Amino acid sequence: MDEVDRAIVNGLQGGFPLCDEPYRAVAARLGLSEAELLSRLERLLRDGILTRFGPMYQVERMGGAFVLAALAVPEERYEEVAAAVNALPEVAHNYRREHALNMWFVLATETPGGIDEAIARIEAATGLEVHAFPKLKEYFVEMKLTA
Amino acid sequence: MLDADDRRLVVATQGGLPLVPRPYHLLAEQLGMTPQEVMARLERMLESGVIRRIGAVPNHYAIGYHANGMSVWDVADERIDELGAQVGALDFVTHCYRRPRRLPLWPYNLFAMVHGRSREEVAQKVARIAALLGEACRAHDVLYSSRILKKSGLRLVG
Repeated sequence: MDEVDRAIVNGLQGGFPLCDEPYRAVAARLGLSEAELLSRLERLLRDGILTRFGPMYQVERMGGAFVLAALAVPEERYEEVAAAVNALPEVAHNYRREHALNMWFVLATETPGGIDEAIARIEAATGLEVHAFPKLKEYFVEMKLTA
Repeated sequence: MLDADDRRLVVATQGGLPLVPRPYHLLAEQLGMTPQEVMARLERMLESGVIRRIGAVPNHYAIGYHANGMSVWDVADERIDELGAQVGALDFVTHCYRRPRRLPLWPYNLFAMVHGRSREEVAQKVARIAALLGEACRAHDVLYSSRILKKSGLRLVG
């Protein structure tokens, strides 16, 4: 990652314009050509520096649900269980964490009822109990990090 | 709420915007809409909060945030709203929620996500939260993430 990549990652975390040629508009602001910005974005995505470039949707605002959940996975079954959990399209992200509850994932579904269904499928596929932690109140969310 | 065309637009863009000079025109072509309509629908979803923002989503490990600690706190229920707001206002806390306890396994009801370049940095930040909560906190823990198993964001089935 060079300084230009850093400027792209830091400068483009929000506010991407809705206009005919948005990359051109943003590139001009960063002092780049449109072609260079596009090829750098392609590379940043390919190298995994960016996980995505585009709209970040909030499923709850669409009438859906978003729930944090955890599993206590026996070490020897970890890979198998991770594959089974990740196979569900409702699993938006999944992290290994160091605790007796060692797998933490977020379920995002189009309807609130979809959460129970997804939990039932994970329990059936893994034989493990899913502990759900629905949010009762949001005090703050602002996920912007500086590269 | 979303109508059927909004939903098609969500499905078409949830994996990312096309990396072409005129991305909204390409989407319009794929969806049989005008580019103006694509932009207007995205604008409306931004205004209503269906879209939080449009832009780059960095992999925080890849940009140097190697330590990501989910700090969890057992806070007296009668003070949690007041204290949750104060913890959420700390500049290094990226997400802060009240969630249910799962006793006896899980006594914690306040979750605050803390990112840092090292575990030491996260631990220092967690110590600041502990100082802020003081005696209102009965117990706490920090769960560091050691691996991203999946990070795809929302996926509606198309």
